[in-house]
Amino acid sequence: MRAGLLTAVLVVSIAGTAWSQGASPSYTVVGDAIPKPLADKPGDAARGRAIVANRSVGLCLLCHSGPIPEERFQGTLAPSFAGAGGRWSVAQLRLRIVDGSRLNPDTIMPPYYRTTGLQRVAKPFEGKTILTAEQIEDVVAYLATLKE
Amino acid sequence: MALALLPAVFAASFAMAQAGADRAGADKRRSGYQDMGVALQKMQDDDTANPGMLFVQLGQQLWAKPAGANNKACADCHSLADMKGVAARYPAMSKDGDKPIDLEGRIRLCRTVNQQAEPLATESRELLSLAAFVANQSRGLPITPPADPRLAPFREQGAAIYERRQGQLNLSCAICHDDNAGKKLAGVTIPEAHPTGYPLYRLEWQALGSLKRRLRNCLIGIRAEAYPYDAVEYVALEIYLMDRARGMVFESPGVRP
Repeated sequence: MRAGLLTAVLVVSIAGTAWSQGASPSYTVVGDAIPKPLADKPGDAARGRAIVANRSVGLCLLCHSGPIPEERFQGTLAPSFAGAGGRWSVAQLRLRIVDGSRLNPDTIMPPYYRTTGLQRVAKPFEGKTILTAEQIEDVVAYLATLKE
Repeated sequence: MALALLPAVFAASFAMAQAGADRAGADKRRSGYQDMGVALQKMQDDDTANPGMLFVQLGQQLWAKPAGANNKACADCHSLADMKGVAARYPAMSKDGDKPIDLEGRIRLCRTVNQQAEPLATESRELLSLAAFVANQSRGLPITPPADPRLAPFREQGAAIYERRQGQLNLSCAICHDDNAGKKLAGVTIPEAHPTGYPLYRLEWQALGSLKRRLRNCLIGIRAEAYPYDAVEYVALEIYLMDRARGMVFESPGVRP
């Protein structure tokens, strides 16, 4: 039990070290999209909705609005999610969340899956992406359901 | 007679003074005061309802209370009339040093050097109360940063920090408070970053707080490493922000959501 816990801690800290020293997690951009999913497991739209609605996990509703009526205080800095799944393909949505600056260097959209090129990141977040690969797949799956 | 009274009537209420300025179309800048609801504006305007006034009263008591090895009170050296306008022009260069200090920094320095008393902790009730009392002497005056050339490099440093993206969310002050001011962040109107009312009472804090505390909030919000409390970066930002707000009405103690 104790040894098992120690191993888990070691794995986490090694992974953390590797991440903070290395480049951002890898993916391949094709055109304005990332065709291949970031994670092995397919995204779950219900989990994605919960991430989007959570203002300390997804943070999405700070700037965006969306068809999530139980969240009353939403943002007006960025487009509504309504119809996002009609406007963009799954692959296009993926790149816009992973690193929108690859499409528009002046974007205010935070890069959700990038750890490099950032300044003065607070210690607890250093070397970490805003969302994990699995979480991004969940959010993509949710947004894809918003056809209108 | 009626004409002579008119300016006094306008000056009596900050809200009315601002409305007058709006009508004239002279100044498009907005204090956070103008972006909050009428109920909060009334709370700020009414000294019996403004929670910041409790700190001003405590500050008034501390102002007269002797402290430290020299057993001197602030009032033993400073006349209250001399405090008029001070908060509306700070930060300024410290008398002896080569660094600028803000109003809280000036009070802390006076406390240890002149009164030879125990230092006042950053954001402590005592320090904020003294700052609020001094700041209140400038209420209604225009913000008037000094024309001291030694401040220029720090103002530029502040401007650079303001424009620079930081933190895991990769945002700058300017992205929100210039480019998107007036829009809603999670339902709350983004203000134009004019430090018109500090120290001020924020309902979110349930407390009086300094501009420095507000700056730290933003840094933590964008998941950037907050500067240490005594960092010159805060004072540099304060200098830059006060310069942008030059001529706006100083409101301390402000009330904000």
